[in-house]
Amino acid sequence: MRKQLMKGNEAIVKSAILAGCRAYYGYPITPASEIAEAAANYLPQTGGVFLQAESEVAAINMLYGASSAGVRCMTASSGPGISLMQEGISYMAGAELPCVIADITRGGPGLGNIASEQSDYHQAVKGGGNGCYHTLVLAPHSVQEMADLTALAFELADRYRTPVMLLADGFVGQMMEPVEFPQTAAEPHVPQWAVTGMAESRGNLITSLHMGSDDLEAHVRHLEAKYKLAEQNETRAEEWFTEDAEIVLVGYGIVGRILKAVTAEARASGMNVGLLRPITLYPFPTKHFQRLAPQARVFVVVEMSTGQLVEDVRLALNGVRPVEFLSRVGGNVPSHEEVLEFVRKVARRYLPAMTLDEEQMAHV
Amino acid sequence: MSSELIAEYEVVHGKAKSFYELYARKDELQHQTHYCPGCGHGQIHKMLASAIDELGIQDRTILVSPVGCSVFAYYYFDVGNVQAAHGRAPAVATALKRSRRGSIVVAYQGDGDLSAIGSAEILHAANRGENVTVIFVNNAIYSMTGGQYAPTTLLGQKSTTTPLGRSAENEGYPLHVSELLASLEAPVYIERVGLGDNKQIAQAGRAIRRAVENQVKGLGFSLIEVLSPCPTVWKMQPVEAQHWVRDVMEKTFPLGVFRDRTKEAKAWPAHEAPPALDRIPQILGVADEDLPAGNASLMARADDVDLHVRVAGFGGQGVLLLGEVLAEAGLDAGLEVSWLPSYGPEMRSGTSNCHVRLSREPIDSPLVTVPNVLVAMNEPSLRKFDQSVRPGGWVIYNGDAFPEDCARKDVHVLALPFTRVADELGDARAANMVMLGALLEIAGALPQASIDAALKRLVKNPRWVELDERALARGRELYRESCLEACHEG
Amino acid sequence: MEEKKRSRGLLRVDVNECKGCGMCVEACPPKVISMSEKLNHYGYRTATYAGEGCTACGICFMVCPEPGAITVLRAVNHMAGAGGGLKAGVEGAMACASN
Repeated sequence: MRKQLMKGNEAIVKSAILAGCRAYYGYPITPASEIAEAAANYLPQTGGVFLQAESEVAAINMLYGASSAGVRCMTASSGPGISLMQEGISYMAGAELPCVIADITRGGPGLGNIASEQSDYHQAVKGGGNGCYHTLVLAPHSVQEMADLTALAFELADRYRTPVMLLADGFVGQMMEPVEFPQTAAEPHVPQWAVTGMAESRGNLITSLHMGSDDLEAHVRHLEAKYKLAEQNETRAEEWFTEDAEIVLVGYGIVGRILKAVTAEARASGMNVGLLRPITLYPFPTKHFQRLAPQARVFVVVEMSTGQLVEDVRLALNGVRPVEFLSRVGGNVPSHEEVLEFVRKVARRYLPAMTLDEEQMAHV
Repeated sequence: MSSELIAEYEVVHGKAKSFYELYARKDELQHQTHYCPGCGHGQIHKMLASAIDELGIQDRTILVSPVGCSVFAYYYFDVGNVQAAHGRAPAVATALKRSRRGSIVVAYQGDGDLSAIGSAEILHAANRGENVTVIFVNNAIYSMTGGQYAPTTLLGQKSTTTPLGRSAENEGYPLHVSELLASLEAPVYIERVGLGDNKQIAQAGRAIRRAVENQVKGLGFSLIEVLSPCPTVWKMQPVEAQHWVRDVMEKTFPLGVFRDRTKEAKAWPAHEAPPALDRIPQILGVADEDLPAGNASLMARADDVDLHVRVAGFGGQGVLLLGEVLAEAGLDAGLEVSWLPSYGPEMRSGTSNCHVRLSREPIDSPLVTVPNVLVAMNEPSLRKFDQSVRPGGWVIYNGDAFPEDCARKDVHVLALPFTRVADELGDARAANMVMLGALLEIAGALPQASIDAALKRLVKNPRWVELDERALARGRELYRESCLEACHEG
Repeated sequence: MEEKKRSRGLLRVDVNECKGCGMCVEACPPKVISMSEKLNHYGYRTATYAGEGCTACGICFMVCPEPGAITVLRAVNHMAGAGGGLKAGVEGAMACASN
């Protein structure tokens, strides 16, 4: 496969169509608008539907309709727009409707600004709508992953009959990198549960309503079981020089890229640093953290928010290892020099002392 | 009765086939709807069901049920059923219909659902002329939640949230949905009917059938507003409530056809067949055979390419394009590349910059905070990034003279009036390419074929390709000339 | 009795479905529907056909809010060329209506 230079936002759309997506309903917002623009260009040419809705509220409910009809569908937005979609996401999770939602995050709260932040982690991973539900959340850190994880998102959405979110930041959306695509397009298929306006689907019903308390409990338990299954089977993370890492850096999206540069420099200066980059934010790759915890002295979370991912890292480690945290917000990106300096400080604080502790322990 | 009296009778008005025989809403009462005695929903359901029967579209029908008393409509209609969030039925119906063009999509909504929380969705679905049918049940009150006022509540009408009666001063006036939507261009059929007496009810049935038939014919958006009794919340006997529709409600909401363009309306065009699957990679521009093979083979020299470039200037100076040509050429030459536009707070207010990396190794971070080449297209950009340049790196500056206070001993500088050079070549806007030419000459690594290929891919106008090629060549010359001067001076 | 004395129409009321709203009583042009004295299983008085005088106009069916509480039948020999409808014996209908 040959590579071409492409923006992350455009790669999402091309990958989606190759994965069988035939509907896009959305509302413009910086920095996600290129996704709608590419969808407006390519979907009508490939037998699909593109419609710019009157609001994000309408857009997500259009996905509800398209997904009910058994069409692979997607939308994209950013912080404030995703907030408006939360109602529909909850309904889709409840009605077990697959769809893919790309969140190209920006600064918040409120209007915030259009610069890149990672402050949508909570509303993506923890869900902003009502009820006991999760969306599966994938976090690409390159244009190639924008393409690959979009295809995976459609697979997971169908497999688990649930909305899947691509949580990317403005950098990954706006930047261009070489990317390659599969050379075959997936054939759109109609799931059996869909309501298609044809005889075979006449008895089908899409709803999130379960009036009886026992009925609703059974339904919520069924959703819970799906999430448990996803936790067992779908966690993904990238480990980068973690084999002997005493300091494990943790970050996702563009921060993951910065941390790779930091890891290289830190290793060059003799520190045993590695990177654990969650790719699925829900289900969270807890197993990776638990596996690295015995050898690691400390985990360093770097995040473009005041602390959202770091909460899950702390939960995953459950106190067995210290967690240090570096954060930038407002559109400021931690430079790799800044992170490296922080890592040096962490190393001075943790590495000699802990090594000593271990030596002492060995002599007891 | 004696046996000779037994005559043969046949059913002329009976339960519609489009209703389920039993309603599985609960374990008990499976032969009854959940509606209160005398509720208009039952009558409207029957009208819709007989329209579906008569038009022979039971298999094709998708009913979108709302939030409100009719939320359970799916227990009654033996059709495809989708239950929507409060107010969102028109959005859901829009996508159902666009997804399955052969389906007959009916959105069934109450007045709280349609005229309050869903006012945006109905307005825009109507304005787009979605080929769907909307049944709008107006009983001037929120019934399911226990009798709060609705946008359609009459002036003076008491509700639990207008205990003294609706007042224009506080709640505004009753919303005339049919009239409002009839002011739009797209809708094909809009009628308000009532359930106030036998005659009105008969007309309501005809209107609903017509609204569904319009969709079967593909004519476009039809909405029937039905003034409907709610004996329970209105605290009236069923027959009394029925007459209240005719004698009171109708005064605020006159019955009639507000829009009928069924004669002029053209049927929706047939859906174009989608392209064959194997054509899709080509349509998307990702098919291997349509992508250039590149000129990696020309990168014979084992140069260690590791460019960290920051390009900065004002919007319109071609900052992003300079970076893009560089990245595209790098890819063509088989290198790992990344291009990241300035983005965020810097994006507006005129300044623009981008990060470009070219390397033989995979790019870790696409962010260039310590460039080894800075291309500064004006003085503010120079001042902003000058101090970040890696020792031993290069600053290419567009200006008559390099500002004294920016001078650093540990970086190389090529400062020239590139804009004037470009102007002499034919267009000042080509300054970016003159500077890129200098950069390429400094970096040395990329084959000319890759640069030519990148330029052709990114610059569509042949006149500009020609000018840019000359600009690039001139930039290379300028760098070489500066070297010679430096040698003479040295 | 003779054919001509037979009512043109016939009414069946499903007393389990009828909620006793009385709309049909009000709507019936020949006024041959009334409310029962007896309550049904759910505590409602239900619509009752007088047993004769139904013209099969269908108005009671139209105003009745329940999908299948009322069924209106018409004598076959009053419908020239009609066919294909469900056939029902008058005795069955009467029995149902008198419940």
